[in-house]
Amino acid sequence: MKDFNIVIAGVGGQGILTLGYIISKTAMDQGFDVRMAEVHGLSQRYGAIVCHIRFGKKIFSPLVMCGKADLVIGLEPLEGLRNAYYGSKKTVFLLDNYPIIPVSVYLFNKKYPKLEEIGEDLKPFSKKVIFVNASKKAKELAGNVIAANIYMVGAAVSKRLLPLRKDLVFKNIKGVIKPKYYEVNEKVFNAAFEV
Amino acid sequence: MVRELLSPEVGKKLILLGNEAIVRGSLEAGVRFVSTYPGTPASEIGDRFAVIAKEAGIYFEYSTNEKVAMEAAAGASFAGLKSLVAMKHFGINVASDSLLPIAYVGTRGGMVVIVADDPSGWSSAQSEQDSRYYPRMGHIPLLEPSNPQECKEVTKFAFELSKQFEIPVIIRTTTRVAHTRSPVTFGQITKIDGKGRFIKDLERYNTLPPNVIALHEKIVEKNEKIRDFFEQSELNFIVNKKKSKFGIITSGVSFNYVVDALDELGIKIPVLKLTTTHPLPRKKIIDFLKLLKSVLIVEELEPVLEKDIKVIAQEEKLKIEIRGKNLVPRAGELTPEKVLLAISKFLNKKPSFNFDLHLKKFKRVDVSRRFPVMCPGCPYRPAFYAVKEAAGEEVVLGGDIGCYMLGIFPPANAADFILNMGAGEGVIHGINKASDQKTIAFIGDSTFFHAGIPALMNMVFNKSNPLVIILDNLTTAMTGHQPHPGTGITGIGEKTRTIVIEDMVKACGANVKVVDPYNIQEMISAVKESLKSKETSVIVARRECRLLFLRKAKKADIKLNKFQINPKRCNKCGICLERFGCPAIYKDEKGFYINEELCNGCGVCSQICPSKAIEVKK
Ligand code: SF4
Ligand code: SF4
Repeated sequence: MKDFNIVIAGVGGQGILTLGYIISKTAMDQGFDVRMAEVHGLSQRYGAIVCHIRFGKKIFSPLVMCGKADLVIGLEPLEGLRNAYYGSKKTVFLLDNYPIIPVSVYLFNKKYPKLEEIGEDLKPFSKKVIFVNASKKAKELAGNVIAANIYMVGAAVSKRLLPLRKDLVFKNIKGVIKPKYYEVNEKVFNAAFEV
Repeated sequence: MVRELLSPEVGKKLILLGNEAIVRGSLEAGVRFVSTYPGTPASEIGDRFAVIAKEAGIYFEYSTNEKVAMEAAAGASFAGLKSLVAMKHFGINVASDSLLPIAYVGTRGGMVVIVADDPSGWSSAQSEQDSRYYPRMGHIPLLEPSNPQECKEVTKFAFELSKQFEIPVIIRTTTRVAHTRSPVTFGQITKIDGKGRFIKDLERYNTLPPNVIALHEKIVEKNEKIRDFFEQSELNFIVNKKKSKFGIITSGVSFNYVVDALDELGIKIPVLKLTTTHPLPRKKIIDFLKLLKSVLIVEELEPVLEKDIKVIAQEEKLKIEIRGKNLVPRAGELTPEKVLLAISKFLNKKPSFNFDLHLKKFKRVDVSRRFPVMCPGCPYRPAFYAVKEAAGEEVVLGGDIGCYMLGIFPPANAADFILNMGAGEGVIHGINKASDQKTIAFIGDSTFFHAGIPALMNMVFNKSNPLVIILDNLTTAMTGHQPHPGTGITGIGEKTRTIVIEDMVKACGANVKVVDPYNIQEMISAVKESLKSKETSVIVARRECRLLFLRKAKKADIKLNKFQINPKRCNKCGICLERFGCPAIYKDEKGFYINEELCNGCGVCSQICPSKAIEVKK
């Protein structure tokens, strides 16, 4: 396999680094070399966050080159769009369809785009744009949206957008959460395979 | 998970941050003493030691600032222990006053200084400082790893080097090294017991002239020996070694971008990867340059290597074209595509990918900025709101470094400048003296201990009357909730004496009032009152960081109130959203709402709403 490049975009507080860690750890468990570039500090306070993951036989740069992403995971649709340029005609965008409106929209009287507009704008940067109900499902099954990241990785695996094994991914999910949350996370994770 | 860093299992592979790999490397080198002041992108080094130090039998502290941390680590090294001190780039500015003489007199036990630069300012304001100038100013060896595994190896090497040459060694990382995660293979941990001992030796530790001149000569000599040592080091290596018209010299994270760019272009030219970047392995560089007609230096930020290499080439009278910052951008962090473009231009090749065209495909919808915001329930928001209500728009507001930097964004607009730690007070004093304007300086609790006390004393001493508002949220919030002298707890969780901020302020001779910023009316009157004062006055706006409070509440199973907007009472004035701006509040065509998931139950919005429309949700 050639290098696999992922960009995960979202809003500070959505569990992007946890999601990134689960993917990176699984990639390592499957024998790949991995680099994951994280962002810490101020932007974790509800700012725009991007995390890069690259895995393959031997990896150097921790950052994905513009236009070279295989998969862009948007935990928030506008953040997916913000990172459009990592995509090209072979990229799949997997986006949670649950908007989190940035305050600047209210302060400067802007409009938050419709999901169709986001999908349309992503066309020149993608092979396919897939919207999923991650936050909604997480809310329904776990009582809050926090577990949406778990749904997203489930969706990426079930749709074969991520060359990682389901059992190993779940093993690594368990590695980062407290035992009392295993069950509900398993529910959310499995829900992504049911659709 | 953090405790896995202590695993005795040689050959174990974990996915670690560059910072965590530095922690592991220090353990393998036998570190005994660690000090730091929290600063991203270096903070995880201290945070991991805070968790494992006791079990590892290591001394660890969060010091009050980087200068003190540097001195503490030097003291431990003078007493014969291996010591580590970690800081972000600006920390070394604060600590440099100590660092230079420490290097002159030399260390004993081995002392490693970690400095993490932050090109593009992912977690910093202030400047895009390139800390590679410090080693050059202070005659201090410098090592620059490119990835987490190298972070670990280089740390071990640095301790040996420091011990052997009796000089502190700087390891400089950047965000994309410190905050990159990748598999790291473990080696053997070195355990050393017993106390250190300071051996008196005035000839060595006396920096008074004329001894200082002798020390200067000695450190220059030491540097030449270290240069020879670096010539042999396998940490510097050549990829694609052969005679070629073109070649590249690079270091740190940029090396990775160079490898990928050449791969992308399908070209093999020689690349010299330097890890020991001061003093430079001169012979190695000369031999490399002799293979080439033209060389490109790929480095982030300033042309540091470029200038040094130009000097070497000139001294050796080499006929070679040296390019660097005329092709590689100087401002902003490097990215794979920036490096690809620079190398393409250097080689006169068309890149396989047209980035400009690619970006042009994007335009139609407006992607509104998403700047970070203070959390729902953050005590800073009401403090800023109260200041605006009490003092209006005319007053000059000095900002400072911490979560409250976010006050610079609308709707708070609570800073007219933000420079560096403590500068809110320091600069506002100058403005106060130079003008007739009303002046307010904000400073956080941890920052007050770090750099605020001398500036406050200066105000009192020199009779100026700004209002200083100490935003005391009882933690060092922005870098990850580390304790500080006002918290009564040390870095390893032991109880200690609390240094009470208002006592400190009184001792400095200023008037002081302690107010809970959740009480908006009280906060507004305190500000109004204090602004009238002819002397330096201080308000300590004290309320625990909401994130910290939530964590405690969760542990103790305390249920928080959630607030809601009663649509019957709301007259849609918009104050709660557009002036106060709690991120839990939103609106649509029909009205104003509170997102229950985001509301952290502080209740301040209900005090602010003029229509009394915000109430506890039952
Ligand atoms: S401040 Fe009160 S009245 Fe004004 S919009 Fe908010 S809830 Fe409605
Ligand atoms: S009570 Fe009001 S101000 Fe406090 S967090 Fe909830 S919505 Fe925000």
